[in-house]
Amino acid sequence: MTESNANVSLKPEPRPEVPDLTMPFWDAAKRHELIVPRCTPCNAFFWYPREACPTCLRSDSWDWAKVSGNARLHTFTIVRQPLHPGFQEEVPYAFAVVQLDEGVRMMSNIVDCDVIEDIQIDMKLEVKFDDISDEWTLVKFKPA
Amino acid sequence: MSLRGKAAIVGFYEIPTQKEYPDRTTFGVMAEVARGAIKDAGLRKEDIDGLINGEGVNSITVAEALGIQPDYTASMTTHGSSGATSIATAAAVIAAGLANYVLCVFGEARPRSSSRMVGQAQAKGMLPPASRATEWELPYGPVIAMNGWYGLIKQRHMFEYGTTQEQFAKLVVDQRFNAAANENAVWYGQPVTEEDVLNSRFTNDPLHLLESVMPCSGAHAVIVTSAERARSLPNDPAYILGVGGPATTHDVIWQKDDITTTPVVSSAPTALNMAEISINDVDMAQFYDCYSILTMACLEDAGVSKKGEIGPFYESTDTTYKGDFPINTDGGQIGAGQTGGVGGGFRHVVEGTRQVMGRAGLRQASKSDICLVNG
Ligand SMILES: [Zn+2]
Repeated sequence: MTESNANVSLKPEPRPEVPDLTMPFWDAAKRHELIVPRCTPCNAFFWYPREACPTCLRSDSWDWAKVSGNARLHTFTIVRQPLHPGFQEEVPYAFAVVQLDEGVRMMSNIVDCDVIEDIQIDMKLEVKFDDISDEWTLVKFKPA
Repeated sequence: MSLRGKAAIVGFYEIPTQKEYPDRTTFGVMAEVARGAIKDAGLRKEDIDGLINGEGVNSITVAEALGIQPDYTASMTTHGSSGATSIATAAAVIAAGLANYVLCVFGEARPRSSSRMVGQAQAKGMLPPASRATEWELPYGPVIAMNGWYGLIKQRHMFEYGTTQEQFAKLVVDQRFNAAANENAVWYGQPVTEEDVLNSRFTNDPLHLLESVMPCSGAHAVIVTSAERARSLPNDPAYILGVGGPATTHDVIWQKDDITTTPVVSSAPTALNMAEISINDVDMAQFYDCYSILTMACLEDAGVSKKGEIGPFYESTDTTYKGDFPINTDGGQIGAGQTGGVGGGFRHVVEGTRQVMGRAGLRQASKSDICLVNG
């Protein structure tokens, strides 16, 4: 296999825009813990992580909070033509919007099931950590 | 201040939307439609003192390429709605006295393979800059183009409202009927049946290939001026009665609270109120249609049907140019092609103008005094 062919099969690992801001999330995922930003004065979780809370616009008011990992499937689509060729071997798979019981929604995959037969909107999910490399663990979900 | 009746579209021009214009350039096709629209309006290039274009190319670069020295210039950056937004902006600019004749021009000529080069570039390690997407979306394997996001919305609409695949297919059948009568459409002379739509492959379930636009090359332009100036020009003006939006809370779909409700839920009432009309006064609609689901959700939010009832509406309504409530009479983007350079949404402006001016030829609807356009 040539070097360029090897690259084609590589899936993109997460590339944080502001690593100092979001690495606590990825470090927690490596420990198989799910944490999300929670603003204390607003008493609200938010997603995705950003410097300022999208409700009160303060940068010093939020911290990471551990959450249950329980969720519901908000919506999904079955991927047959991935944007990135590294995912081609996995089709069909489920690209999904997942709503955590704590209220925030994130993009993820639904795994450990037959994606054509077993997936329905509103089904209960639980977190499934996927160690894709020594460096990175993705937060995915499976039927609860 | 209301913009009601303060400005009008007085000329338009477009070139056929094609899979590619391999021997043309973006500035070349923009120049062609600019020249055509200026001529159609009965003006000279020297009259143009405002220039608005889409995102991707800076408006100053366009002005330079076209040899125009505008007093006012801007690039619209509201993605697909940039085309309709340009008309709202042009009307406001004219009402404020910042310019007298605004050229709105959208288009692109590019090799058809360019969108695929994104994936190739990623595969070769030539990665785009780190962003929200490279951290929170790309590791989960999104679908090529925008298909995935609209698949997510369609799935949720079917869940919440029971909208059926056949109802989505009806939109495509009606629009392809319209496109079949539009010689500028990429699918000119090629209607489809419900079976064709339902038997086309899933790009990503539950979205069929034929419910999606094809990225194309092409260009469109219009000239906007004041109502007063419009009256001394050769064409019957298409007056801008009301505008609303852009009205959005999110950039990506997973950041939206209610993903089956579109920003039209606030932009349409704003536009209709300014126009001092209700949705029942509207004769036809030219609505953004990158995918069937978006048009249908937007039509609901504009009040064409109750929320969740756009499926039954399509089932019982002929929405072709011959029908009771014509929608996307040029075929829309699904039938006529999605012009690059966010020109896809601008085709709705051009076709709305054509219909209101009574210049749609074979496709002229029986009633076309008031057209609601959504970018
Ligand atoms: Zn806050």
